[in-house]
Amino acid sequence: MIPGPFAYHRPQSLAEAVALFAAHPEDGRALAGGHSLIPMMKLRLATPEHLIDLGGIAALKGIRREGETWVIGATTTQAALIGHEALPAGLPIIGETARQIADPQIRYCGTLGGNVANGDPGNDMPALMMCLDAVYHLAGAKGERRVKARDFYLGAYVTALAAGEILTAIQIPAAPPGHGHAYEKLKRKIGDYATAAAAVMLTLEAGRIATCAIGLTNLAPTPLLAEAAAAMLIGETPDERAFAAAARAVEAIVAPTADGRGPVEYRTKMAGVMTRRALARAVARIGA
Amino acid sequence: MKKIPLSLTVNGDPVEALVEPRTLLIHFLREQLDLTGAHIGCDTTHCGACTVDLDGRSVKSCTLFAVQAEGAAIRTIEGLAAADGTLHPLQEGFREMHGLQCGFCTPGMIMRAYRLLQEIPNPSEDEIRAGIAGNLCRCTGYQNIVRAIAFAAARLNGENLEEAAA
Amino acid sequence: MNEMSETREVREARLQGLGCKRKRVEDVRFTQGKGKYVDDLKLPGMLYGDFHRSPYGHARIKRIDTSKAKAVPGVLAVLTAEDLKPLKLDWMPTLAGDVQAVLAGDKVLFQNQEIAFIVATERYIAADAADLVEVEYEALPALVDPFKAMAEDAPILREDIKDKTTGAHGERKHPNHIFTWEIGDREATDLAFREAEVTIKELISYQRVHPCPLETCQSVASFDKIKGELTVWGTFQAPHVVRTVAAILSGIPEHKIHVIAPDIGGGFGNKVGVYPGYVCAIVASIVTGRPVKWVEDRIENLSTTAFARDYHMTAEIAATREGRVKALRVHVLADHGAFDACADPSKWPAGFFNIVTGSYDFPIAHVAVDGVYTNKAPGGVAYRCSFRVTEAAYCIERAMDILAHKLGIDPAEIRMRNFIRREQFPYHSALGWEYDSGDYHTALQKALDAVGYSALRAEQTARREAFRRGETREIMGIGIAFFTEIVGAGPAKNCDILGIAMFDSAEIRIHPTGAVIARMGTKSQGQGHETTYAQIIASELGIPADDVMIEEGNTDTAPYGLGTYGSRSTPTAGAATAMACRKIKAKAQMIAAHLLEVHHDDVEFDIDRFRVKGMPERFKTMKDIAWTAYSAPPPGLEPGLEAVNYYDPPNMTYPFGAYICVMDIDVDTGVAKIRRFYALDDCGTRINPMIIEGQVHGGLTEAFAIAMGQEIAYDEIGNVKGASFLDFFLPTAVETPKWETDFTVTPSPHHPIGAKGVGESPNVGGVPAFSNAVNDAFAFLGATHIQMPHDAWRLWQAAEALGAQG
Ligand SMILES: Cc1cc2nc3c(=O)[nH]c(=O)nc-3n(C[C@H](O)[C@H](O)[C@H](O)COP(=O)(O)OP(=O)(O)OC[C@H]3O[C@@H](n4cnc5c(N)ncnc54)[C@H](O)[C@@H]3O)c2cc1C
Ligand code: FES
Ligand code: FES
Repeated sequence: MIPGPFAYHRPQSLAEAVALFAAHPEDGRALAGGHSLIPMMKLRLATPEHLIDLGGIAALKGIRREGETWVIGATTTQAALIGHEALPAGLPIIGETARQIADPQIRYCGTLGGNVANGDPGNDMPALMMCLDAVYHLAGAKGERRVKARDFYLGAYVTALAAGEILTAIQIPAAPPGHGHAYEKLKRKIGDYATAAAAVMLTLEAGRIATCAIGLTNLAPTPLLAEAAAAMLIGETPDERAFAAAARAVEAIVAPTADGRGPVEYRTKMAGVMTRRALARAVARIGA
Repeated sequence: MKKIPLSLTVNGDPVEALVEPRTLLIHFLREQLDLTGAHIGCDTTHCGACTVDLDGRSVKSCTLFAVQAEGAAIRTIEGLAAADGTLHPLQEGFREMHGLQCGFCTPGMIMRAYRLLQEIPNPSEDEIRAGIAGNLCRCTGYQNIVRAIAFAAARLNGENLEEAAA
Repeated sequence: MNEMSETREVREARLQGLGCKRKRVEDVRFTQGKGKYVDDLKLPGMLYGDFHRSPYGHARIKRIDTSKAKAVPGVLAVLTAEDLKPLKLDWMPTLAGDVQAVLAGDKVLFQNQEIAFIVATERYIAADAADLVEVEYEALPALVDPFKAMAEDAPILREDIKDKTTGAHGERKHPNHIFTWEIGDREATDLAFREAEVTIKELISYQRVHPCPLETCQSVASFDKIKGELTVWGTFQAPHVVRTVAAILSGIPEHKIHVIAPDIGGGFGNKVGVYPGYVCAIVASIVTGRPVKWVEDRIENLSTTAFARDYHMTAEIAATREGRVKALRVHVLADHGAFDACADPSKWPAGFFNIVTGSYDFPIAHVAVDGVYTNKAPGGVAYRCSFRVTEAAYCIERAMDILAHKLGIDPAEIRMRNFIRREQFPYHSALGWEYDSGDYHTALQKALDAVGYSALRAEQTARREAFRRGETREIMGIGIAFFTEIVGAGPAKNCDILGIAMFDSAEIRIHPTGAVIARMGTKSQGQGHETTYAQIIASELGIPADDVMIEEGNTDTAPYGLGTYGSRSTPTAGAATAMACRKIKAKAQMIAAHLLEVHHDDVEFDIDRFRVKGMPERFKTMKDIAWTAYSAPPPGLEPGLEAVNYYDPPNMTYPFGAYICVMDIDVDTGVAKIRRFYALDDCGTRINPMIIEGQVHGGLTEAFAIAMGQEIAYDEIGNVKGASFLDFFLPTAVETPKWETDFTVTPSPHHPIGAKGVGESPNVGGVPAFSNAVNDAFAFLGATHIQMPHDAWRLWQAAEALGAQG
């Protein structure tokens, strides 16, 4: 499996990168970790003419705290998310999700930006970003703009990213104190995308659910935010009955395809099971 | 497509070369540098037979373009033994514990374990298994690979202790 | 060092002979990245070949246009069937007596079938040009369900042989029918069924899988026009057979063909056959006059070269109410894909499937196998098992459990009641085999004791009750498999490949200093032959294994042999090694007697020397003897010290074992967790326990993968699904269970050192152990038989069908 030919560019600054994209708006493609793009190129499912490698731009890397948010540079790798000195304590669900992605080598290369910009419903980070209400920072020839993760995903491999635009950073609200979280992912083996996965962030007040968000991975052409399921939990006692109701609401909105991971019916049910388990674990963590 | 210059360090030696941008790092290592230790087992980034160490990270060299390694320091299985030929404890451990059969996965497996033991110097069995989950072996069933890595960890820790004592 | 004063233990230990956990010789190079595999080879002027393949499963080829591909700078040739025709190489014979298209000319019969072979100066250019070959197709309806292959309105696949009413194995009943193979006493079996107190009947399918070694198939062919010689390096489990086939196909005299199998990155049956890639690389080298390399990628590997299984077995057992078996009847529908390219011995179109009576004393049995064509890749190889033995073991081990379940008898108990008893060996099975040796009761009892079987059953009962009460969503299964393998093909009287008897060989040469080189007709793909054969020689000849070099795989130097598969190396070449050693030893004895100035009857062998009987201080070591053989051989004796043996085994060997799997299944997700897996193997004499254990670990891991997830599936229009590591289930270290191994030793009475072979037992026994555990888990909910693979969604579906989903 051999990729097709292309011209390679390695800009050293964001401005340089933006200019390169402006020069190749249609046939330019960003290369971050390459661990979604290069496999596609080897299968010749992707044949970009100009590859613009973001790896040389220092400004796109790194994790910092900005007020009540975390700002994560687009080319920060999954390994860096896991290994960061503050993020795992502050927003542990990021590391928990990152660990569920592929394997150690792939996490050393794959970036958060690539994962969320890719638009593949199988990627784990997009649903989490929707769950966390993250904001994407985009830069292009026409300047900068911000798009919520919740508004970013339009279809399989179709996102709000305009031609020639670069995702520079992901900004995530800091987690409320005492929150509960869980990312539950069912997969066939290490290195597989989710059969079904659910991200949950919630808080309790006086023994009842006060806030709740649920994101779902690989269960529709785009990642999903299970708004109705989350809404019906607010004010409820966090018990199996409530979780089961939320799971049913999740099953109602998913639209998985049949593939090697199972038929539609199974994957639909697994969406519910993962949701139930994520909710239970998130609540248990608050207790702990 | 035009070839472009590339300079990097491989097993401690500086390397200058001309490559086509689409040349995969694995092909560059195997065919341009004749370092045939790393293998190709899958083409889809699953098997890890192509694993090498790049700037302190284990990477699958079938899923990187050689040009992405500009300026990088790469270590392959060929550069693991000491200059005097003394084998690395991992190389010893794999033989001692029968951690290989056909040997095809071995270079990638050892190079991954090399980095793993720097991430976690004293890994538990579960940590070893998770640590090598990006490397497939069709022959051994992993059990002896796990033992081989544990053997190397013990050896490395022992040596470190001795050095610290000295 | 004083050879006199050393204890016998010290001398023995120095040899590192039989039974020693000798560290492997191979590992020194493999751990340093210095193995030499085919793709490591780089020859001056070498070209690279790549295929253009069919996107269709079944289609007529209307036109092939290679002009754009040929126009790519760096492309030297593009071969199509048209180019191969004048050379009579557009079709090639298969090992099963069929023919296979090397490049499809008129029709494609499976997806990814080879259509054009592009040869270019670089790998990347060949890949670019492969995409530029243009083919016009007329799509035809695909036949993917073997049960529909012989329907009247089934599309006819093989137009090349559609009018032939007989094939290599007799009558053909339908254009898509390949053969019917029958064995056993049909009438007596039918009668037993009519009279039976109890019968069971079940369709037990063993899905299509792939051996999938980590290294794909690959080769380099180099034709020297001036000398008229062809050299082929390749991933060959049977290099000599490849040379003979190449000679027959190409017309190049066999002595001018040099076939070399260098280090091989696993085989498991995938590398026995001859594939279009090998043939095209050879032709391309002849055409271009330059060496040509062909390397399969993983998708090509999984979708074109050598599938395994795809056996659909309807098994019936007749028994008494006490669970004594009276008769076995099996019909198999065998899906062979587009060409019958099974790698079985010629007279055995269904391999040794007639080992299907297993470890049980069936008075009568009857088996019929129908092979059919479908629009799938050819193959039917023995994936880490002897020919069709894993299918047979799976069939009988499932069927015995189904019988036990029906009668309410414990699965362990039903086996104990029906085992062939120790005193019955050598045992003649109802389907014609002579089992060499066994002690099944002892082995199973040891296994049951080791796992604490009755406590496990008690726990299972408690947990089933808890499940019924809704306190848990987990169910527990205990799977027992007791298998009998048949390996070491084979006696020349009933086993051949392309007419060549399935013996094997060893040639051993002792140098003047006592160092040894030995060559065999087999070929290791990871089994550690360089280590273990040397151990046999060490014990036989009293020369330290470290002083013995083993070489395999070069047809110029190695004696003719049939290669390594079907666990045949130890039973055949291992025996040849021992026999060749004994020839040398006989001569050494003469030399020793001469040196010691006594009659040769008055000297005896002792570990590493010959000594005068009754006078242990008077001896000559093998080293002394070797030197003398070259410096001053006794008068009348030829100088030198070497021997060759071609060993035709009198019988096959019958390793056996008892495996127990304990598994917990999460009914809500269908995810199964292996809690425990215990494997007891009896492979007779154990040459190197470390290597045996390694083989068992590896084989069990493959069995786990097969039972719990592997499948090469096709959709209804013939698209192959999941032919990459994304979908094809190869477990990582995380999913792979931990293995407990154990053994008993029942030597083979007819093998020179009593060894039986072990490489494949764990696959044969492992698959039914996993599957029986799954079925056992679901049995209390009313399941009789759940088909493999037992991946999560199928187990979830099984639970759903049994009404166990909330
Ligand atoms: C075997 C295997 C298993 C995997 N399993 C999982 C899994 O379970 N879960 C999961 O989430 N992922 C998985 N991945 C994907 C992996 O996490 C990728 O690394 C990730 O999806 C993409 O990140 P990247 O940095 O490699 O992006 P790249 O591959 O470089 O890019 C992906 C896409 O995003 C675009 N892009 C990248 N960065 C930017 C940017 N800053 N601005 C604009 N566009 C950009 C690229 O042009 C490209 O189209 C797997 C990959 C492999 C090979
Ligand atoms: S060849 Fe690189 S991961 Fe398999
Ligand atoms: S030793 Fe053969 S693949 Fe690991």
